[in-house]
Amino acid sequence: MKTLQEKKQEVVENFSVYDEWLDKYEYLIDLGKSLPPYPEDKKTDEHLIKGCQSRVWLDAKIEDGRLWFSADSDAVITRGIISLLVDVYSGCTPEEVAGDDFGFIGEIGLRENLSPTRSNGLVSMIQTLQAIARKNV
Amino acid sequence: MTSTQIRSLFPALQTKVYGRDLLYLDNAATSQRPRSVVDCWEKLTLETNGNIHRAVHALASRATEAFENTRERVRAYLNAADTKEIIFTSGATAAINLVAFSFSEAFIGEGDEVIVSLSEHHSNLLPWQLACKRKKAVLKVLDIDEFGALEVESLQKLISERTKIISIPHISNVLGLVNPVQEIIAVAHKNGVPVLIDGAQGIVHCKVDVRQLDCDFYVFSGHKVYAATGTGVLYGKKEWLEKMPPFMSGGEMIDRVGLQESSFAPLPQKFEAGTQNFNAIPTLVPALELQESILGSAELISEQRELLDYILEEFKKRPRIRLYGTGSAKVPLFSFSVEGAHHEDLALILDKMGVAVRSGQMCAEPLMDRLGVSGLVRASFAPYNTLDEAREFIKCLDRAVQML
Repeated sequence: MKTLQEKKQEVVENFSVYDEWLDKYEYLIDLGKSLPPYPEDKKTDEHLIKGCQSRVWLDAKIEDGRLWFSADSDAVITRGIISLLVDVYSGCTPEEVAGDDFGFIGEIGLRENLSPTRSNGLVSMIQTLQAIARKNV
Repeated sequence: MTSTQIRSLFPALQTKVYGRDLLYLDNAATSQRPRSVVDCWEKLTLETNGNIHRAVHALASRATEAFENTRERVRAYLNAADTKEIIFTSGATAAINLVAFSFSEAFIGEGDEVIVSLSEHHSNLLPWQLACKRKKAVLKVLDIDEFGALEVESLQKLISERTKIISIPHISNVLGLVNPVQEIIAVAHKNGVPVLIDGAQGIVHCKVDVRQLDCDFYVFSGHKVYAATGTGVLYGKKEWLEKMPPFMSGGEMIDRVGLQESSFAPLPQKFEAGTQNFNAIPTLVPALELQESILGSAELISEQRELLDYILEEFKKRPRIRLYGTGSAKVPLFSFSVEGAHHEDLALILDKMGVAVRSGQMCAEPLMDRLGVSGLVRASFAPYNTLDEAREFIKCLDRAVQML
């Protein structure tokens, strides 16, 4: 299994191919469309992440000491971002997620270049991931 | 005067975003500022920065003169009867909060009623909601029809003998329709009820004559009509304003202050507590001067009409696009959804193409609920937006939809 570091590196490399913003978005949209289905019965307020213009639902379970995330959004670009986070952090230990700086988001330019409300949504999403991880440490 | 000529007055329109020409279509949120407004602010800040009214030194008296001349200029622009009826605020929101608080203190009691419309910006809903809660009054809502127009014919039924005030938008910031305010005011007055017009969007698209409208209050923000941010105007009829207690206190709004009891300044100072935005308020002068020539230009009016018709036509050709707010009273402000595409996705992609639009709930959650949407995309045009830009917008929108 790839380490957290390797998975983050892979995401950064995948994004480095694109110079144009629209190409980056096209890639995010593709990622968003290929996100595995999220159970409808978990689209509840308790799974909803506040702070996004679009709605985001996040669910986590812990198996053999590792966290597994699933998520969804009604907007496809947000789904793309979620899919990155879900892929990178699923299978990590709670300690790894809680201790991570999520700096790779900045490296692929998403933090700076997404709209301010989106950026806040991203921040809320990251905070929620960290909160879940801390609870399970 | 043409849109191309007007454009040259606005340096910000030359901005590049992501290496592309900026196509600014978020004018309903804030307009860009012409050079004349920036120059005015700069000159005041660099040459006459003194706190207004009280001090006896030269800078203060020059700043006071600029400030009070602006009051006269705004009075003339709105055709108000008296400069005492022009109160400066930080914006339309502050002006509505002022009226909602002070009017309700004086005139609203338990069981009384206030009427707003369903198409309110939160700024013309929440101040009244809070005032009604404070006074145990009832907030009643005038509905919209399937086209987004206010159901004016049901207003008479909504009014009761407990109705104390009606507060409605001149133009909804989402629907972009000029409401029949004259008719609403006539119905209200027949019942002895005063009317506040939220002119945040109205001031941009309509020539406003408060005496002809006979509205009791009219509010607007300067920044949507080319003036500096943090500038706003409350017009109120003297007979109301004089009977209303102060909203905020401190600063020059006083007559005599004692430790337990104080008396307050006459109008307009009674409602202008604290240090005023004296370097920005005078930018209303060049801003309204420009607005006057824009609204008076037959050439620009016909260009705007052409642009409006063009967008309506193009939207009609695209069955996936649904426009909210239709009819003959339409201004070039288009809130829409695209079937199968989320408003946020569209706005994000358009942004990367250099197109600035608004997406989301646009500070009108009850209206979004009524329309059954989680949000919309809004493209709002100004007179400096050209037909070529409208064409470019449609092209970009098509491409964005295709990407999704």
